[in-house]
Amino acid sequence: MTTRSKSSTDGYLDMGLLRFTTAGSVDDGKSTLIGRLLYDSKAIFEDQLEAIESTSKQRGDENVNLALLTDGLRAEREQGITIDVAYRYFATPRRKFIIADTPGHIQYTRNMVTGASTANLAIILVDARKGVIEQTCRHAFIANLLRIQHVVIAINKMDLVDWSEDAFINIREEFTRFASRLDNIVEVSFIPISALVGDNVVDKSTNMPWYQGPTLLYHLETVYMGPDENHVDARFPVQWVIRPHSDEFHDFRGYAGRVAGGVFKPGDEIVIMPSGFNAKIKAIHTMAGELEEAFAPLSVTFTLDREIDISRGDMIVKSNRPPKCDQDLEAMICWFSEKPMNSKGKFFVRHTTKETKALVRDIKYKVDINTLHKIEDDLEFKLNDIGRISLRTAAPVCYDSYSKNRATGSFVLIDAFTNETVAAGMII
Amino acid sequence: MPDYTLTHLKQLESEAIFVLRETAAQFERPVLMFSGGKDSILMTYLAKKAFWPAKLPFPLLHVDTGHNFPETIEYRDRLVEDTGANLVVASVQKAIDEGRVVEEKGPNASRNALQIQTLLDCLEEGQYDAALGGGRRDEEKARAKERFFSHRDEFGQWDPKNQRPELWNIFNGKMGIGEHFRVFPLSNWTEMDVWQYIKLEEIELPSLYYSHERDVVIRNGVILAVSEFVQPREGEAVEKKLIRFRTMGDATITGAVESTASAIDGIIEEVAAARETERGNRADDKRSESAMEDRKKQGYF
Repeated sequence: MTTRSKSSTDGYLDMGLLRFTTAGSVDDGKSTLIGRLLYDSKAIFEDQLEAIESTSKQRGDENVNLALLTDGLRAEREQGITIDVAYRYFATPRRKFIIADTPGHIQYTRNMVTGASTANLAIILVDARKGVIEQTCRHAFIANLLRIQHVVIAINKMDLVDWSEDAFINIREEFTRFASRLDNIVEVSFIPISALVGDNVVDKSTNMPWYQGPTLLYHLETVYMGPDENHVDARFPVQWVIRPHSDEFHDFRGYAGRVAGGVFKPGDEIVIMPSGFNAKIKAIHTMAGELEEAFAPLSVTFTLDREIDISRGDMIVKSNRPPKCDQDLEAMICWFSEKPMNSKGKFFVRHTTKETKALVRDIKYKVDINTLHKIEDDLEFKLNDIGRISLRTAAPVCYDSYSKNRATGSFVLIDAFTNETVAAGMII
Repeated sequence: MPDYTLTHLKQLESEAIFVLRETAAQFERPVLMFSGGKDSILMTYLAKKAFWPAKLPFPLLHVDTGHNFPETIEYRDRLVEDTGANLVVASVQKAIDEGRVVEEKGPNASRNALQIQTLLDCLEEGQYDAALGGGRRDEEKARAKERFFSHRDEFGQWDPKNQRPELWNIFNGKMGIGEHFRVFPLSNWTEMDVWQYIKLEEIELPSLYYSHERDVVIRNGVILAVSEFVQPREGEAVEKKLIRFRTMGDATITGAVESTASAIDGIIEEVAAARETERGNRADDKRSESAMEDRKKQGYF
């Protein structure tokens, strides 16, 4: 197999991948929208449809309740709400899609952050009757914080405002005013839809002749994804050292990992961080044969031209654009635990393949994510709080800023006593 | 500007290899649950890729209901020989004999539920702290909410409302004494992805996956192969049908589909045209709407 497997002639083998997240408030019709996307793109099977038809009937719903497709857990079906991030899959001849379906319920901001962390695009649902509300701003803020470059504002329930162009324009203007302050978002698209009836989701609406833009699905299929990975700064966090101890591979000592940035080639001069030792890449191995180059996000194994002590948590980089290597980190975090942060508490930082103990040195401020104002008089991090802190780690961490590289600029905080993941961090 | 895009299959492969290596690195005693089904075959194949040229750094664990298709066992034993992996067999029959589990009674009795206790006992005895499974999020509603690293308490239970958030590619495998993890490297694959990848990499599968003629009975709308474990009941007629299997489970509950697909391309066409999910013919999921969620909470894989 070649590294550029684009050569395949079979359409399916040549498909790209788009990961997107959906956010909306309770009753914005998010589950219905996803159900509609899956249903109209024929990703739903007959037995699934039969199951929700019979449940809808039993509950006395008027139409087949497409929301039931995504509400997987019993409690969710009982309460008619979505509790946890759920992942959905569908494909069209153009792309495969992974949806991180995140609930809009107020106490579940952590799930939205989670879903956004792996997404290239965010769909934010706005109820056409309600317009831009606090939660819309919150969702946009989170998309921006997690560096999602493409945002779609899906203005839903257009059927309930008589397909009014004015309603659409007002929401577009209101959101544009707010979004001018969000600098990571490269592109915002506005699409008027009715998830319930299906207008502009997969099929073009006949009720809104004033809208000339693409349907939601067409937009998802064709939106240009600028390279989300960083292909400039070479980063290879070592995950595992491969030593076969077999006769055939007696002296083989391979460093296995997933490229987190840049491009590596055999013969490249590299530096091991944090030790600072130099070496050359001898070969890039895979079971299918050696590669001429490796780039993000490929999983490969390097051998080097000399024996150096390298272990999990070290990072192989190139010297021309090294990462920072430091015990002091400045970061934006989102607090995930029901228990407020104990700023004297003991934590582990897990960053790429490295784990080290950490202390909170300073809490700079929290952000009111509805107004984007700094909060400096209440510095206690409670569930869903977002703000800026300084951390001191026990061992040096090799990192880039999150805005440069999502993989080497992100970390999670783990409570050293409960083992729970209590915060997500984005290094400044 | 060079083209650094990867196809979705290559991205899924790379992700699965990453997760397999994380599992080996973060846990003391991981184990790969091997059922003989195509997903666990794919997992074993990806694990070979992840650690090549070294052998798998963990054993394969087969929870054996005793109701196997002989083809599955032949395939398993050959794979173990080829990969040089260690094989651990957790026997449901032995658990029944030792009185740790009680066989279900009645006409629709299945050993499916008994696998849970057998597996948990085996994990405890072997002090395994991570069990790699081939589960995919597209299989079933409750699985859509599963993490890559899924925490289980000391009773082996899954608490869907209190899962650890999982961000980026950072997996938290820290745990207390007696707890363990289930790890699902194929989380983001769909059935179509699995088949396409099997085709792309020319992975050999047990013959049961391809169309063949077999004696079957139709029970509750499910086509079951007649075997020493499935005998026709009163009023049921044995028919000869051209069938294949879409999943590989206990022979008493795994339903077949009528098919003429005798090679991979035919199967891919069938998958593309399929109007039923692959678990749709598993009698165990049809027991109630949240059957899978209930079993998962108890520790099912």
